[in-house]
Amino acid sequence: MAQSVAVPASIPIPLRIPLREVVPWAVFAGAILLTLLYLVGLDQGAISVFSGQLLHEFVHDGRHLLGVPCH
Amino acid sequence: MVVRTLLVRGMVVGVLAGLLSWLFLYFFGEPAIDGAIAFEDRLAHAASESDGVALVSRGVQSTIGLGTAVILFGVAIGGLFALAYAVAYGRIGSLSPRATAAVLAAGAFVAVVLVPFLKYPANPPASTDAGTVSQRTGLYVVLLLVSVILAASSISVGRRLHPRVGAWNAVLLAAGLYVLTTGVVLMVMPSVDETPADFPGAVLYDFRVAALGNQVVLWVAIGLLFGWLTDRSLRRTTSVETVGGQR
Repeated sequence: MAQSVAVPASIPIPLRIPLREVVPWAVFAGAILLTLLYLVGLDQGAISVFSGQLLHEFVHDGRHLLGVPCH
Repeated sequence: MVVRTLLVRGMVVGVLAGLLSWLFLYFFGEPAIDGAIAFEDRLAHAASESDGVALVSRGVQSTIGLGTAVILFGVAIGGLFALAYAVAYGRIGSLSPRATAAVLAAGAFVAVVLVPFLKYPANPPASTDAGTVSQRTGLYVVLLLVSVILAASSISVGRRLHPRVGAWNAVLLAAGLYVLTTGVVLMVMPSVDETPADFPGAVLYDFRVAALGNQVVLWVAIGLLFGWLTDRSLRRTTSVETVGGQR
């Protein structure tokens, strides 16, 4: 006689993503995301890629509250 | 599990976390900034300097400016979190997809936010010397990088110790190694002490609590939302595959 057993719904867990699949994404997306962080957090402060103060002044409150040295 | 999906998910989650962060800072951070700017104005008034023409008005800085900054910050952090997740998943013990996201967010919060904050905390306007911004930025970035490198190295050491000492001890040893090494770095790096003696202490305290609280909001939101969505998508893929297999 067949017995019905309550099996907990468990999801088969994929082992891991091979590093060679992660590296290209990490390099290209990582570079773009770090550039974004730099523009929001640091540009027109200690160092400037874009001259002027407009970007710095626009994100001023964010920089202070995100804890980045601002001025 | 595909890196592209994780990356997109991380950035979308980052936008949501950034929105929460905006809301939090608008209510808890801006009052402290107003307090600091009031102090700045008193100084300028005492020195009878004119304020000069503002490039961006306070009204814009405290609303759209703040929102733009924290949402872009959220997107960047969310994306980088996803990349770290792609590496960490399946490599830090046998944690579930959700638990991996939560543990990674907590660890990254400590390494990326808390440790740099202990030495070089967030500073409100008018509490620092504008002339030293280059040194302070340099020190902050160096400490941030060193902290992340030490965290990654400690995890790597823990993974190597795991087969010999077991999971519990490996985690304790890795955490101990990180605490010890960052402790030495924090002790050795130069301190910054330039807050004016008459800067209101309550404003400084409120500002720093808000800044740290905001990071807690941001990283908790990223860790939990990312984990939830990843878990959900894995369950869906799995059930679709099961149905397909039965046909």
